[in-house]
Amino acid sequence: MKRARKIAIWILAAVFGAALLANLFAPLPYAMQFRDFISAPASRQFLLGTDELGRDRWSRLLYGTRISLLLAPAAAVLSSVMALLIGGVAGYFGGWWDRVVVRIIDIFLSIPWLFLFLIVRALLPLNASPLESVILTFTVMGLLGWASPARIIRAGAQSLRNSDLVLHARACGCRGWRLLLVHIAPNLKPVVFAQFWISIPMFILGEASLGLIGLGVAEPLPSWGNLLRELENPQLLMNNPWTLAPLALLVLVVSCLQFVLPQKEFAA
Amino acid sequence: MSPAVAGSPVCWTRGGRAREKCQMWIRRIARHVGALIVTTLIAGLLGATLVRFGPGFDSDEQRLDPRLNAASIHAIENSRANEHNLLTFYSTFLARFVSGDWGVSRSLGRSVRELFAERAKVTLNLMAAGVLGGWALGLALAVPSSMYRAPVYDFVSTAISGFFLCVPSAVLALFLFFMNGPLRFAIVLVIFPKVFRYTRDLLRDAYAQPHVLAARARGLSASRVFLWHATPWVAPQLLALAGVSLGMAFGAAIPVEVLCDLPGVGQLAWKAALARDLPVVVSLTILVAAFTQLANAASDLAIAACTHERR
Repeated sequence: MKRARKIAIWILAAVFGAALLANLFAPLPYAMQFRDFISAPASRQFLLGTDELGRDRWSRLLYGTRISLLLAPAAAVLSSVMALLIGGVAGYFGGWWDRVVVRIIDIFLSIPWLFLFLIVRALLPLNASPLESVILTFTVMGLLGWASPARIIRAGAQSLRNSDLVLHARACGCRGWRLLLVHIAPNLKPVVFAQFWISIPMFILGEASLGLIGLGVAEPLPSWGNLLRELENPQLLMNNPWTLAPLALLVLVVSCLQFVLPQKEFAA
Repeated sequence: MSPAVAGSPVCWTRGGRAREKCQMWIRRIARHVGALIVTTLIAGLLGATLVRFGPGFDSDEQRLDPRLNAASIHAIENSRANEHNLLTFYSTFLARFVSGDWGVSRSLGRSVRELFAERAKVTLNLMAAGVLGGWALGLALAVPSSMYRAPVYDFVSTAISGFFLCVPSAVLALFLFFMNGPLRFAIVLVIFPKVFRYTRDLLRDAYAQPHVLAARARGLSASRVFLWHATPWVAPQLLALAGVSLGMAFGAAIPVEVLCDLPGVGQLAWKAALARDLPVVVSLTILVAAFTQLANAASDLAIAACTHERR
């Protein structure tokens, strides 16, 4: 398991590195069209061929990977911070605030995530610029993905509230927000970290699903979601199997993400 | 057991215990019903708020029709006047909803109730087959994995489930669609990896429990240990997962229906959201929230019954 974890870390580092240095590795701009090479097969000039608009698929994959791999963790940070603030405070203070938070969490969890996301994303401007669409998609994911981690963080904060270390801190005169920030929050770090790590693949897959139904990142900006839309054309898939490259990369990255965090931290 | 003492808070007679048990169940069910109603109402209000304040809410292409005169345009505007105040709209909507009038879809021009009745069959079929198939496949892989602990089998089953955990349901549906395969299988492939992993971990934990080790040490057969000692231990958690898996199946059904053009509730939600069709969005949010809450409440009650029996 340790070896698999090391391999996964190396693969992730390589993919992240290639995505961050897309300007160096991509031979062409992601939006540049070659109208003489529409749906061209893989060649020395176009490593993965070109799409239906004559754009270099390899360059688009690199830039798309950058967007998906940078913004999914950003959305996970947003949802984890919200979960820590809402769930941590509810678990620590208890009382009516805890009851209200639990009810809100129940409401969020009672609506399937993709349905909620579909409704919220579709009600925001659909004619947004590509950059705005990226920000909207991942911000909405971050804002809506806090409920499940918040429930776990709340339980963690509740158990810490009754722990010996907190009792000792109280006996030493530490109270209120100071107790929460200095003694409870640092001890919630493993739980928050595990929730953050679990959220990343969820957001990557969420963006891919939304991209496939046309509610993800807008063209011409590439992301794994809109790159997967090429799979809707079976003829293209038969003639050019390189169309499967974004799917293969998505599966590889999400699998590696599952290996990276040790099982005991997932259990936390 | 001593007979009940008059005025005692705890009644130890058989009838008293039955009454206490009955009251406990009534309280529990009432709590679930209350939670269901509150959650559903708030979810509906949230849906209405989102649509009301979403951009393009007031736009209506009918008003651009050059054949209409000012009076007709004014009449069209007036017909939607009650939708401007959110609370007025929502309270009127709820009153009608309860009496069976779910409104008329603005984008499809049909009764929402009719649309839902037509499409719910497709989605429920898809979900039922997906959930049942997913559970059957997940359990079929998880039980041998935890009972016999064969490394090769464990590696292969983990790799297969891991692969399907990493593929979006929409992609699975597209491949099945192109291969003329059953689309329900896309939901099966979404549900089974989660069921497999969760059940396998739970069963492994159960097999490490002292009472299971003692049963095995006494020479009980593998099937007897599994059925009478391991399964009751994991049943509550599996029931909780069963409740959650219905929500997962609905989430997976949305892209499947949209991409494969299946006329189900998921596709209706997608169309309504894109068209900002207020009556459809609010009705669907209420119904989906109620359905998921109902599934969770049923699984909670089953868990309570299960743990009560065990005690």
